[in-house]
Amino acid sequence: MRRQDSSANPVTRRRLLKTLGAGTGAIVAGSTIPGLFRYAQAQSSEPIKIGFQVHRTGIGAAYGRWYDRTTQAAVKRINDAGGINGRPVEIIAEDDGTDPKRGAEVVEKFATQSNCDVAFGTLFSHVVIGSAPRAGELKIPYFVVSEGHHVASGMLNRYTLQPGITDVKSQVEAMGPFVAANLGKKVAMIFPDFAFGHDHRDYFTAAFEKSGGQVNAHIAIPPTETSFTKYFPKIPQDTEVLYHVMVGPAVLTFVKELGEFFGSSRPELFGFIDSLEAVDISSPGLEFLEGTYFWEGNPRYAQDNQTSHDMNYRQAVGVDANGASVSDAKDVSTYAHMFGCWETLNIIKAGMEAAGYQGPQDRAKLIEAVEAMTELPLSDDHPQGAKIFNGKTHQVFGHQYITRVTEGKLVLAHTTSIEDTFYPDEADYTSQPF
Amino acid sequence: MDFGPHLFLACLEGAITAAVISLTAVGLSLVFGIMRVVNVAHGEFFMLGAIVAWWTATSLAGHPAFGFSAALVTAPLVVGLIAIIINRLILVRLNYDPERTIVATIGLLYVIQQTALMTFGPDARPVEPPFNTRIAIPWIGFGDSGFELIWPWGLATTTYKLAVIAAAILIVATVWLVISRTRFGLIMRATQQDGEMATSFGIPVRRVYAIVFAFGAALAALGAVLIVPVQQAHYLMGGDPLLLSFIVVIIGGLGSLPGTIIAAVIIGMSDGIISVFFSPTLAKILATLLVALVLVFRPQGLLGRRRA
Repeated sequence: MRRQDSSANPVTRRRLLKTLGAGTGAIVAGSTIPGLFRYAQAQSSEPIKIGFQVHRTGIGAAYGRWYDRTTQAAVKRINDAGGINGRPVEIIAEDDGTDPKRGAEVVEKFATQSNCDVAFGTLFSHVVIGSAPRAGELKIPYFVVSEGHHVASGMLNRYTLQPGITDVKSQVEAMGPFVAANLGKKVAMIFPDFAFGHDHRDYFTAAFEKSGGQVNAHIAIPPTETSFTKYFPKIPQDTEVLYHVMVGPAVLTFVKELGEFFGSSRPELFGFIDSLEAVDISSPGLEFLEGTYFWEGNPRYAQDNQTSHDMNYRQAVGVDANGASVSDAKDVSTYAHMFGCWETLNIIKAGMEAAGYQGPQDRAKLIEAVEAMTELPLSDDHPQGAKIFNGKTHQVFGHQYITRVTEGKLVLAHTTSIEDTFYPDEADYTSQPF
Repeated sequence: MDFGPHLFLACLEGAITAAVISLTAVGLSLVFGIMRVVNVAHGEFFMLGAIVAWWTATSLAGHPAFGFSAALVTAPLVVGLIAIIINRLILVRLNYDPERTIVATIGLLYVIQQTALMTFGPDARPVEPPFNTRIAIPWIGFGDSGFELIWPWGLATTTYKLAVIAAAILIVATVWLVISRTRFGLIMRATQQDGEMATSFGIPVRRVYAIVFAFGAALAALGAVLIVPVQQAHYLMGGDPLLLSFIVVIIGGLGSLPGTIIAAVIIGMSDGIISVFFSPTLAKILATLLVALVLVFRPQGLLGRRRA
C-alpha cells in the first residue's frame, strides 16, 4: 500500500506540471502570488514541503516546543512575502522523541512517505548523528540546527548542513580566552555524557590550555540524570572556575543543587546557557547565580544595543523582552538556540531561489547553492548577527555572546568577533559525490 | 574533597534515594503480596503523584508550604482514586489473573504516561519546597593543633532533604503499624495468607483488594510529593522508581515489608555511594546483578518466605 502511495504522487505532480505548463495556471497563480513572474520557470504552485524533525517528547521537549514556534513564525514570514520561488512553504512536523533511532525513521518518512523536498530541524546531537546517515542514503538535504561539531568534523555527509547555528567547537574556541583572561586559570568542567558534552570537553580543554589555563577535572553526567549533588564532590577544591553545561528536563535541579553545594563560597561560574534554557533565571534557589557568566548563542534578554532585527524577530515568534512567551511570562524560551531555525529556513529559501529549485531532482543543485554561500549579513533573515558560511565544512560561523547575571537578568558583557570562532577546516564535503 | 566528607555526602544522597524508593517499593510489595498483581504501572502512579502535587501547588496562592501541604493530601487521594477506578475497570475484569494483569498494567503504563504527556505536557515543572535552608556540615579533621572542627567545602545538605528522610521513616513506620496493629491490617494479612479462607470467614476480599491497590498507589504518590521539590515533575519520571522498586522488592522478598525496607536502604545507599565514587551506570549494573544473584541463589528474597 505504502509503496503505491509514494509512486502515485509524482504522477500527480507531473500531470499538474503539464496543466500548469499550458500557461493558464501560471497566469492565474501569478496574479495571486506576487513574485511568480520573476521565476517564470517555476511552473508548479504546489507547496514546498519541509520535513521538520522536532523534539516534541523526550528530554529535548522544551527545545522542541520553541523550535516549533520559531519555525512556524519563520514560515509564516516567508509565505507572507511570497513563499519560495513563488511556491508556499508547508511544514510537515514529526516528533523524533529525542531518540536517534526514531530520528532516522522520521527522516525516512519525510523522504519516502510525505515526499518532502528537504528535511530540517532537530537539536540533540545524538539524534542528528543517528539521522544524518539515513538522509545521505536517501539523498535528501538535511539542514540541522544542532550546535554539535559533528557536521564540521567531517563525520556526516554531503547532504547534511548546518547553516543556521554555530558549532560547539567554534563557540568554545572563542570562550577559552575570555575565561582565562577574566575568570581564572584552573577550570573544572561539568558536561552531559554524550556527543554534545564530549565536544565541550575536548574543544574547550584544548582552547583553554592554549590560552594558558588548566582544566583540572572532567565530570560527565548522563543527560537523563535527575539528581546531581553526588557528582559535585569530584570538583577539586582548588578550582577557580566551574564550567558547566547541562541539558535535559532536570537542568533546574542541576543548577539549584550546584547552589546548595557551594553555599556562599562558590568559585567563579561560567556556564553554557543550555544549563538554564527554558528556565526562569529568577526561579527560587538560583539567587547564587548573580554575578556569574553565561555563553548565549543569542541573548535572552533584550539588550541596550538591541537591533531592529532582533526586535522584529522577537515580535514574530512571540517572545517578550525577558525572553519569555508574550502570552505566558513563565514560559521561558530557548532563545539562545532557536534563532537557528529561523535563520536556517531563510537559508533554505535563499538556496532554493539561487538554485532555481523545482523539485526533488534539484536537491543537488540546492546543496551546491548553499555551499556557495559565504557572507550572511545581519538582517531580518539573520537577526542573531552576521555570519560566514563555510561551504566546505557545511558549517556556519558567527558572533558569540557572553552575558553576566546582573540583578536577575542576563546582561551582555562581551561579544566575540566572528574571527575568534574560526578553526582550520577538518573536512571538505564538496569533494564528496552526490 | 577528602574521603570522609565525600563518603558522608554520598551516604546522605543515598539516604534520600532510599527514602523515596522505600515508599514506592512498599506500595509495590503490598500490592503483590496481597493481590498477587505485578503492577508494572506502579512508576506511573509515582509520576501522577508528582503531577498532582505540581497542579495543587500552582493552583494555590500564598506561601509554598501551604501548597505543598495541600499536595501531601490531594496527591495520594487523587492517585488512590485513579487506582480504584483502574482496579474496577481492569483488574476485576481480569479476575486478578497474575499473567494477564502483568500485560494489562504494561498497557496502563503507556496509557497513563501518554495521557500525562498530552495533558500535562513534556516539560519538567518545579514545585517549591515548603522550606529549604542550606546546612553546612562540620567535620572533624586533624589540623596543626590536633583534632579540630572543620567545615569542608561543599559538605552540605538542605533542611528539606533531611525532612524527606524523616518523613519517609515516619510514613513507613505508620504503614507497618497499620499492618501489624490494626484490624484492617489483620484483614489484609488474612487475605494475603489465604484469600479463599478469608472469603469464607466473611472478609470482603474484593473490597480489600481495591483498598490495597489504592493504598499502594497512594504510597507511590506520596513518595513523589516528597521528592518533587527536589526533582520536578516530568512525564517520564516514573521509569527509574519503577526499576528500583522492582529491584528492591525482588531482593527484599516479594510481599515482605521488612525485607523491602532493608533492600531499599541497601539499594538506595549503594546507588548513592557507587554513583559518587564510581559511576551511576555502575550502580545500576551492580543493582541489577544483585537481582540476578538473588533470583538464582535465594529466589524468595532476603526475608521472603518460600512458598510451598
